[in-house]
Amino acid sequence: MTLLEIHEPGETPLPHAGEGSLAVGIDLGTTNSVVAIARESVPAALHDETGKALVPSVVAYPAAGGVLVGDEARLLAAAEPKNAVSSIKRLMGRGAADVHAVAGVLPYEIEPGTGQTDMVKLRIGGKARSPVEISAEILKALRQRAEDALEKPVERAVITVPAYFDDAARTATRDAARVAGLEVLRLVNEPTAAALAYGLDKGSEGLYAVYDLGGGTFDFSLLRLEKGVFQVLATGGDTALGGDDLDRAIAERMLAERKRDGLADTVDEAAVKAALALARHMKEQLSDRDQTSGRLEIAGMPSFHALTKSEFDAMAVALVERTLDIARNVLADAGMTAADVQGVVLVGGSTRVPLVRTKVAGMIGKPPLTDIDPDEVVALGAALQAEALTGGGDTLLLDVTPLSLGLETMGGIVEKIVPRNTPIPVQLAQDFTTYQDGQSAMAIHVVQGEREMVADCRSLARFELLGIPPMTAGAARIRVTFAVDADGLLTVSAEERTTGIAQRIEVKPSYGLSHEDMADMLYDSLDNAEADMTLRLLTEARVEARRSLLALEAALARDGSLLSAEERAAIDAARAAVEAAMAGESRDEINAAAEALETLSKPFAERRMDRGIREALSGLSVGELENRVGE
Amino acid sequence: MDHFARLGLPAALDIETAALDRAYFALQRQWHPDRFVAKPPEERARASVEAAALNDAYRTLKDPLGRAVYLAGLKGVDLPGDGKTIDDPDLLMEAMEAREELHEASSGEAVDALAAGARDKMNEAMAALGNLFLANDRPAIRKTLLRLRYLDKFAEEARARRMNIERSRA
Repeated sequence: MTLLEIHEPGETPLPHAGEGSLAVGIDLGTTNSVVAIARESVPAALHDETGKALVPSVVAYPAAGGVLVGDEARLLAAAEPKNAVSSIKRLMGRGAADVHAVAGVLPYEIEPGTGQTDMVKLRIGGKARSPVEISAEILKALRQRAEDALEKPVERAVITVPAYFDDAARTATRDAARVAGLEVLRLVNEPTAAALAYGLDKGSEGLYAVYDLGGGTFDFSLLRLEKGVFQVLATGGDTALGGDDLDRAIAERMLAERKRDGLADTVDEAAVKAALALARHMKEQLSDRDQTSGRLEIAGMPSFHALTKSEFDAMAVALVERTLDIARNVLADAGMTAADVQGVVLVGGSTRVPLVRTKVAGMIGKPPLTDIDPDEVVALGAALQAEALTGGGDTLLLDVTPLSLGLETMGGIVEKIVPRNTPIPVQLAQDFTTYQDGQSAMAIHVVQGEREMVADCRSLARFELLGIPPMTAGAARIRVTFAVDADGLLTVSAEERTTGIAQRIEVKPSYGLSHEDMADMLYDSLDNAEADMTLRLLTEARVEARRSLLALEAALARDGSLLSAEERAAIDAARAAVEAAMAGESRDEINAAAEALETLSKPFAERRMDRGIREALSGLSVGELENRVGE
Repeated sequence: MDHFARLGLPAALDIETAALDRAYFALQRQWHPDRFVAKPPEERARASVEAAALNDAYRTLKDPLGRAVYLAGLKGVDLPGDGKTIDDPDLLMEAMEAREELHEASSGEAVDALAAGARDKMNEAMAALGNLFLANDRPAIRKTLLRLRYLDKFAEEARARRMNIERSRA
């Protein structure tokens, strides 16, 4: 007879515990970040030794060397402002033009020459650093916190992003996780995560709204909750709207007051940071009192500033009205009215501002739900989803595309292919044709946004479909397919239907990272990193080598006849060399052996390809097929 | 497989929203990529394709007009693509007049009245469609769908106009 095991309450092994690595939920916020874990559908935020769950999203590179994240970085920011950066989330996936739009908000120093066709880089601590690298530092700190708290390796995570994040920002977030050594199980939209935390807790059913006002972003989403299904009906927002704007308004007011009182300040970075820090403190104070005051010191000259709640409300009202405008639009998108909403969940620290609560309650006609800490609710929801994805769960998240995706057509007009609020994953196609006789190529320009003209939308990628056989204008049938996966990431492919010339492109956002950048960053973090990074790279090299061995084995089984006996022997020897290297501990040896094998088997691959092509498309040259833009 | 068959529903103009949702949720429980995170790549890819097809079917059939256009397509009625010129002179006249009225409407109430009028016309036309499908009167189905598509677009424009009026007042 087998005895059944009974575990200590709270110590039940997780279904994936055997793998020795845990999956966490991470809210990578503009102002603060949180890491949480769920066990048996009970999520908990992970705290530091002092019991704090929030990690300020501040990264500092001290002059003395090393990297600081969180409270320590915030402290250093006061002493060495040029070596610290905050609100980096606002720059995820952004180019130079975008940064100028927020340049007034935060004193970023942009690395010259970056951001034109690539992601912008910042000069911090005397070195150019990309937002991906900086975000990766925050993720590493969260991962470390989780590993310390759980005493187990943490290698997988569900990471939340604002629903309104575009493709470039989502890709940048994924890249940052990779640099931090985390496998992203899923990118989940923040409002959806918040609803998950509430829904499971309350067993609610019906139509719910999530109003998420963070430090730098605003999202409003409508979800239908029904028997474990979380269906997002519509979502909208603004990636450059948040509580930071209120800090800035207060700071500007104080600096103006100083000027009025005859203090001749040079408003440098340090002054702005000091004013912003005080402004934030005063704003927080006004959440539960009617007036506050503060002392600001710049270059040894103190000044005193008073602020009443009604003065602050007057500054905040335009921002709050803008959020309500967006909310009304989302309701209309879903064909709903405020009366249909059964409850509204508040997320984000900025929803502590009393004016926000009053206005939201006024619009929806019901007091908002605030029982879960608005700073933690998103991470808690992400942790629940991480558990559901790794351990199996019965909840189902059905999310949507936040922004329309389309193509540039003649005259710079956008043809929408995937309208916003389309449930994902999704694959939609549309046929286009040539406009000139004998046209042999077609430029495909992928854009994201709601506006009609390409110039007003965000450019995601460009590629060309080449080798279209000469035909009269309008005769070719070019089918362009947009596939959006469950993470909200886009892949675009194009195919000429009369001949079957296909091109596939993983959309590389215009401001995405090149592979070299990615590799550089991986090595960089290796320089000052824990030993597990080396192990991780070694593991990756092994996995990669295994993958190519398997692919080659399958190819040999099918098309081995294309090789002479000598060629086959050489390939077999190279395969054995890869196997031997994989058994060792050197990543370089594995990579070198794998590369040698690849070089050696290249003619074989070409012959196989030729054979395949001859069979599929007789009459077309290989050159034309390989003439693809992209990587 | 057509969208109706994919969701196990009869190919009809009138389908119950609750039945559509039920079928969709049940199939997504089976195929959503979140259920396949730990599965081999081939299974993940298959699930992704199934889930995408389901989403396409659901989004098409959920919207009554989208459903009608799709059903008409199954019955061999092809509509010109969105944004193409209207080839029906009566409809063209109706559209131009309505647009002018909308342009001149200066209060939220006036816009609401126009939008309500468009909605009533849509309901009437939708009701008429049922019989046209029964009679399989393809030219009339086509004409009615084109008019519905225009009315739908008009309602959208009215909504944008309403937002603008509210905003300029605030």
